[in-house]
Amino acid sequence: MREIIDQLPYSQPFLFVDELFHVDNNSVKGCFTFKADLDFYKGHFKSYPVTPGVILTECMAQIGLACLGLYLAKQESKNADHYQFAMTSTDIEFFKPVYPGEKVTVISEKQYFRFNKLKCNVEMINSENNVVCKGILAGMIVNIYK
Amino acid sequence: MNEKEILSRLKKIVEPYTQRPEGLRDFNVNTDFINDLQINSANLVDVVLDVEDEFNIEIDNDSMEGMLTVGDAKTIIENKLV
Repeated sequence: MREIIDQLPYSQPFLFVDELFHVDNNSVKGCFTFKADLDFYKGHFKSYPVTPGVILTECMAQIGLACLGLYLAKQESKNADHYQFAMTSTDIEFFKPVYPGEKVTVISEKQYFRFNKLKCNVEMINSENNVVCKGILAGMIVNIYK
Repeated sequence: MNEKEILSRLKKIVEPYTQRPEGLRDFNVNTDFINDLQINSANLVDVVLDVEDEFNIEIDNDSMEGMLTVGDAKTIIENKLV
């Protein structure tokens, strides 16, 4: 599972996956801690730092789509350098704020993976087990050497 | 199933995914999913999945890649229904 994270096409300051607990053909579960010194907290908001919804969405997409997509795609071709990722739709509802320093867990369940498109039901929960946000994400993962 | 019925079923499938409703007014075999209806490649996948359900057929990767127009889709469906 460490291997999957290492093969993701993201790096600091835009990697939002710390650890994967579980991945199989139908689901993935992983976590990320939003460290208090992340740059965007300086401006979102000016005197009241809260994790932006787009960043929560990105975190859900990196764990829920990219990690699961990479796992599924690697069963066809092993070389992770061959894949390009694109998010194609987001339909997310937000319930709770995530403050600097909070650790969140993302759980994603596959609706389908066909013709390179992965569509999932994704949920983010905080350390008190409350749902932070949930919804449907979809993306394409394309083998560029195929 | 005749051509007219295939096209009318296809039009119904495509409608919720199209970002350019004008493109539906003159819906024919030359209608291009991307250029005329502004359906992106991700939503084209959903069109294909809905076509599979509607016509009870299975579409493979190669057919999917060649499906650029309504006419392409019609040919794929006709070939599978034979």
